[in-house]
Amino acid sequence: MVRVMFCYLGDPPVSSATISLPQAQLEPLLRAYSNAQAAKRRAVYLGLAVLFVCVAASALTAEVDLAKFWTNIGRFTSYLGRLMFLESGLPVWTDIYGSKSSWYWGFWKWLYKIGETLIIAYLGTLVGGIGAFLLCFLSARNLVQNRYILFAARRFLEFCRTVPELVFALTFVVAFGLGPLPGVLALAIHTLGALGKQFAEVVENIDMKPVDGVTATGATWTEAVRFAALPQVLSNFASYGLMRFEINVRGAAIMGFVGAGGIGQDLLEAIRKFYYSDVSAMLLMIIVTVTLIDLTTDRVRQMLIGTRGSS
Amino acid sequence: MSGLREKALADMSDLTARYPAIMRPSLLSRLPIILAVTLTLVTLVAGFATLDVSWQRVWNGFSELGRIATLMLPPEYGTTSRLMLWGHALLETLAIAFLGTLMAAIIAFPIGFLVARNVMPSWIFRFTLRRGLDGLRGVDTLIWALIWINVVGLGPFAGVLAIMISDVGAFGKLFSEAIETVDDKPGEGVVSAGGSPLHRVRFGLIPQVLPVLLSQVLYYFESNTRSATIIGIVGAGGIGLHLAEAIRTLEWQQVSFIVLMILVTVAIIDFVSAQVRFAIIGEQSTDGKAQVGQATVGRP
Repeated sequence: MVRVMFCYLGDPPVSSATISLPQAQLEPLLRAYSNAQAAKRRAVYLGLAVLFVCVAASALTAEVDLAKFWTNIGRFTSYLGRLMFLESGLPVWTDIYGSKSSWYWGFWKWLYKIGETLIIAYLGTLVGGIGAFLLCFLSARNLVQNRYILFAARRFLEFCRTVPELVFALTFVVAFGLGPLPGVLALAIHTLGALGKQFAEVVENIDMKPVDGVTATGATWTEAVRFAALPQVLSNFASYGLMRFEINVRGAAIMGFVGAGGIGQDLLEAIRKFYYSDVSAMLLMIIVTVTLIDLTTDRVRQMLIGTRGSS
Repeated sequence: MSGLREKALADMSDLTARYPAIMRPSLLSRLPIILAVTLTLVTLVAGFATLDVSWQRVWNGFSELGRIATLMLPPEYGTTSRLMLWGHALLETLAIAFLGTLMAAIIAFPIGFLVARNVMPSWIFRFTLRRGLDGLRGVDTLIWALIWINVVGLGPFAGVLAIMISDVGAFGKLFSEAIETVDDKPGEGVVSAGGSPLHRVRFGLIPQVLPVLLSQVLYYFESNTRSATIIGIVGAGGIGLHLAEAIRTLEWQQVSFIVLMILVTVAIIDFVSAQVRFAIIGEQSTDGKAQVGQATVGRP
């Protein structure tokens, strides 16, 4: 509207349909616009240049060899292809059951191993979850005023989740011996760190009025947590716990790589010894299990928090 | 404050009589909680029993662990040349995480649009592609690393490719979810002004989703730095090889030194990436945060 009025004050009405500012006023505006655009473009170019330098430096460090990649890419597809065939040369799906050179000759053994993997994941989640439950209230800024307790609890949780679980597993295998126990403990420690942080975030987002109310009646800190904070957070805790269980199932499947139990040991052996059909059989079992677990926990989570899941 | 408490305590019997449901909850109303706790404990004990875990072994293990912890102090790196070697391996780890994430993002960018409901109308196409992405994600990075080692040999390049391929699956899903939640009005505007479907994507969708996608990519870069520290365990480059070697040869002081190096590096990367993320998202931080919050789900 203002623009139209300017036009009528300055120039005689133009015949064309579009109305434009007089040149004198238009010039600085256009210049400012193109300056702004140029500045934006410069920022993007600068960003791209930095990115390019980073890419070049990392490519050198990571020994990226595109020529080798190009000449050997056929091996990747042929590897994937060989996963589809038995030793006898038949496609895997033609010979699913049976004793000799059939795809799922070790079905029961692998199923048992998958069961073990699930138990490792479950126990790891449970033990870690209990620890996280105890620690999360200590690392919530709205419940704890003491800076030292906060600092100690937070740093401890951070340590637990930053050190990769396989590193814990390797160490525990030395301390506890081979078997599923080190796997459980490694997952538990990682879960403690990861869930502890998520739990603490939930606690920090609660409504503080009930806590104030309970504290006003003279309740101790533990009572305030029990009767004011806990009822608000339980369903979210359960939801995060289930999500962590999903992640831990994937984690438990590779624990066997370092001798910490589960299907990973057999899988690693099959990959190293080039038993292609075994690899595909186990991978398929793992993928199906993980998908089933995902679907189930997703359904339960939706029931718990009453929102749409992410899958 | 204490007056209220005194009064309530003095009036206890009356309060109990007036609110029986709260003061003395019936066994029946507590049953679900009791059941849940019992079930948890039973499964806990049963689970450990299935795994053949004896208390003796747990006890011995923990005392051994305590011994190892004392052996780890003080952290030490031995010779300077070894420190240089580790430093290089750590840089390699960062390079693996960076390149893997970047390549995954570049590959997944078009795929994300192809599996988004509001861009690709054919549901059969979407369904097939989505299951393919699920398959990529379902196989762990370490397993991909083992497969890539067969292709490009031992070394960090295999690690880059492993992280790339498993993250294409993750990014494809996350990107498509971000794209599906955009406001479609700008797109409609572009189409009504005579734009083609491609124009709609370029000028209607991409400006909305780009900050969200970028922050997701940065988040994955942080998380991949952690994954890349262990990918060396199977021989795909990075610090993991040295760490596993130190653990296997029981050089505990070196183990704790390498772990410290990893912790410091991860902390630095987290800080830098948080700064960049903030700079990119800028004013849309609340919007982006909600999205990133969802994106973080499912990652260690």
